[in-house]
Amino acid sequence: MAEKYDLQEREVWDGNFAASQALRQAQVDVVAAYPITPSTPIVENYGNYVANGYIDGEFVMVESEHAAMSGCVGASAAGGRVSTATSSQGFALMAEVLYQASGMRLPIVLNVVNRALASPLNVRGDHADMYLGRDSGWIQLDAFNAQEAYDLALCAFRIGENHNVRLPVMVHQDGFITSHTAQNVYPLADEVAYNFVGDFQPVDDMLDFSRPVTYGAQTEEDWHFEHKARQHKALMDSRPIIDEVFADFEKVSGRKYNRVETYDMEDAEVAIVALGTTVETARVAAKELRAEEGIKAGVVAIRCFRPFPFDNVRDALENVKSVAVLDRSSPGGAMGAFFNEVSAALYTTANRPLVTNFIYGLGGRDFSIAEAKRIFKEQKAHADAGYITTDIQQFSGLRGPTLGFFQTKRG
Amino acid sequence: MAITSIKNLKDFSTNNDRFEGAHTLCPGCAHSMIVRELMNCTDDNLVISTNTGCLEVSTAVYPFTSWDTSWIHIGFENAATAVSGAEAMHKARKRKGTLKDNDAPVKFVAFGGDGSTFDIGFQWLSGAVERGHDFTYICLDNENYANTGGQRSSATPIGATTSTAQAGSHSYGKKEKKKDIVAIMAAHGAPYVAQLAPNKWKSMAKGFQKALETEGPCFINTVSPCCTEWKFDPKDTIGITDLATDSLMFPVYEIIDGHELNILYRPKNIITVEEYMGAQGRYKHLFKPEYRHVIDQVQKDVNEYWDYLQRREEARV
Ligand SMILES: Cc1ncc(C[n+]2csc(CCOP(=O)(O)OP(=O)(O)O)c2C)c(N)n1
Ligand code: SF4
Repeated sequence: MAEKYDLQEREVWDGNFAASQALRQAQVDVVAAYPITPSTPIVENYGNYVANGYIDGEFVMVESEHAAMSGCVGASAAGGRVSTATSSQGFALMAEVLYQASGMRLPIVLNVVNRALASPLNVRGDHADMYLGRDSGWIQLDAFNAQEAYDLALCAFRIGENHNVRLPVMVHQDGFITSHTAQNVYPLADEVAYNFVGDFQPVDDMLDFSRPVTYGAQTEEDWHFEHKARQHKALMDSRPIIDEVFADFEKVSGRKYNRVETYDMEDAEVAIVALGTTVETARVAAKELRAEEGIKAGVVAIRCFRPFPFDNVRDALENVKSVAVLDRSSPGGAMGAFFNEVSAALYTTANRPLVTNFIYGLGGRDFSIAEAKRIFKEQKAHADAGYITTDIQQFSGLRGPTLGFFQTKRG
Repeated sequence: MAITSIKNLKDFSTNNDRFEGAHTLCPGCAHSMIVRELMNCTDDNLVISTNTGCLEVSTAVYPFTSWDTSWIHIGFENAATAVSGAEAMHKARKRKGTLKDNDAPVKFVAFGGDGSTFDIGFQWLSGAVERGHDFTYICLDNENYANTGGQRSSATPIGATTSTAQAGSHSYGKKEKKKDIVAIMAAHGAPYVAQLAPNKWKSMAKGFQKALETEGPCFINTVSPCCTEWKFDPKDTIGITDLATDSLMFPVYEIIDGHELNILYRPKNIITVEEYMGAQGRYKHLFKPEYRHVIDQVQKDVNEYWDYLQRREEARV
């Protein structure tokens, strides 16, 4: 039996500590891990909890991130609760195994502390790794602060392990901005948290020898397509279950989560669509702009990046005149990946808003309230003109000459 | 411990049908013989992981499986890690009492080809052994990447031709020495390491049993002649294996706790490597006069290695 951990009603935790406390409360059976900045403390803390009897689990320190996810796959197929954490290069090294984990429908929870991808080498945050994972068949949830990193990690176990879902889940948080900044966090009591997550209920357990299972069989053109289609269906079908888990979480915590979080959108004329800590910055900017200049600004934040909430994004934005989609990742010769998703959601609406793409904050570059206000005001100018008056894709906060691409064809 | 007693080959080979014959390995492929020996030498529950390669693609083609036990394949390089993850989960669940049958003995086994063991998966294997998981890793050493059409691996011997170590008018094929994987794994501190061969089936089964009984990570390299890439008639697999062990190209021996070396098979009549090579298409070009020195070099290396093994056996170091 695990030792009792002394918890206050309000704790001052950073995002990494918050995520690791969720692993403790869920009593994760196996963590196979490899260190990388800025996610390292999550697994270090798990090791501490094991070393001090707070968790009766196995901490397997492997020799690389590829092995970390490989160990997680083997452990998960052996019928228990499994989690790990990574960032950036580590995430990239895991990439092969991410597909294998989701293809085998293993409910591993991966805490991804977002960080830029080299080259150049950079330990600070952007969303390059989040987007790299976008087709890997994992559910991807996004926390905007430390409290949410904790809450969503608990929800992630409940979602992934649901027998109608059985998919691995990533919980993202912004490197350093969330992971290393201490904030007030209100944890659940241990029993409440554990009861919310529940006992692990294995499916196709490799350690149940009364019913042998084959994991990771080979398929070619005769079955591969069907498997991938089913996997896609499982992701799409997880949407109401995610909503259900969020609703249950509200019952035990009083904190309400949605797959798309809207802020001041009821009467908004212009909007910013964002992920991560930028959401809070944009919310402050929207609030101030309304008070200072009467601009009807709102924020649409994506909590659930996969499965992508197309309907909710469309519903949130269809009555807005002008929208800025903020991509914290290099577009690499295209429009931002996030921009493409949001645009796709808006394409079929009758009163399609004007949409621009801002590339910002790469490698941890600060994103300020002033910058968010500037973007809102630019949206207001588009809305008033009835067309996009600037380049459609712009780099925001870049030193030196401004960088923008693609012009609208006007009138 | 549910180790099966081995009286005669007939009983042994029909002991336990946990590896179904209806797979699609080539007729004459030694992989299946080795896998059957492993599965027949114990009645314990088995969790088996397999690297990508001939064995994997031929035995679990959806919706079929040859494995009447828990089996997992993830990738080309990481079978050692998958099985070590499962082993860690077993420990955690046994402590918590959440297993279906908490007392049944379970053995963890990984199979890799020489490509996945000597090359791409070496890091994963090294890590899993260093961490001391209780599992047995068995390398099916056919000295090439058979599944992708016979490319060189670092297990391919000098002088063999492969699809990426070509023999031609300017080349005699592979030029680099085969990695000494057994010594490398013994140096990891693995408590039981061996090189075994399916023609010496009794010593192979006993070696497997020792590895399964030994707590901690054990490593076994098995010669696994590949009729397709070595180019011999499928009916000759065991005959070729006889030549491999009698020429000492594949000496059969074990190393216990990194120092106690025991030779498990001493050929009464040691044959030349030339005789072994002559029976296989992959060495055909070496029989041209200009490549004679290659055969001589291989013979010299084999003699020296046999000497070394005997000296180590005597010295217990
Ligand atoms: C990461 C990765 N690289 C390459 C491959 C292609 N591949 C599959 S099996 C194989 C060779 C297998 O050789 P070996 O391990 O010696 O096993 P054998 O087929 O000879 O039994 C290769 C190169 C792969 N599946 N994954
Ligand atoms: S190619 Fe070689 S190793 Fe592969 S199945 Fe055929 S004989 Fe066996």
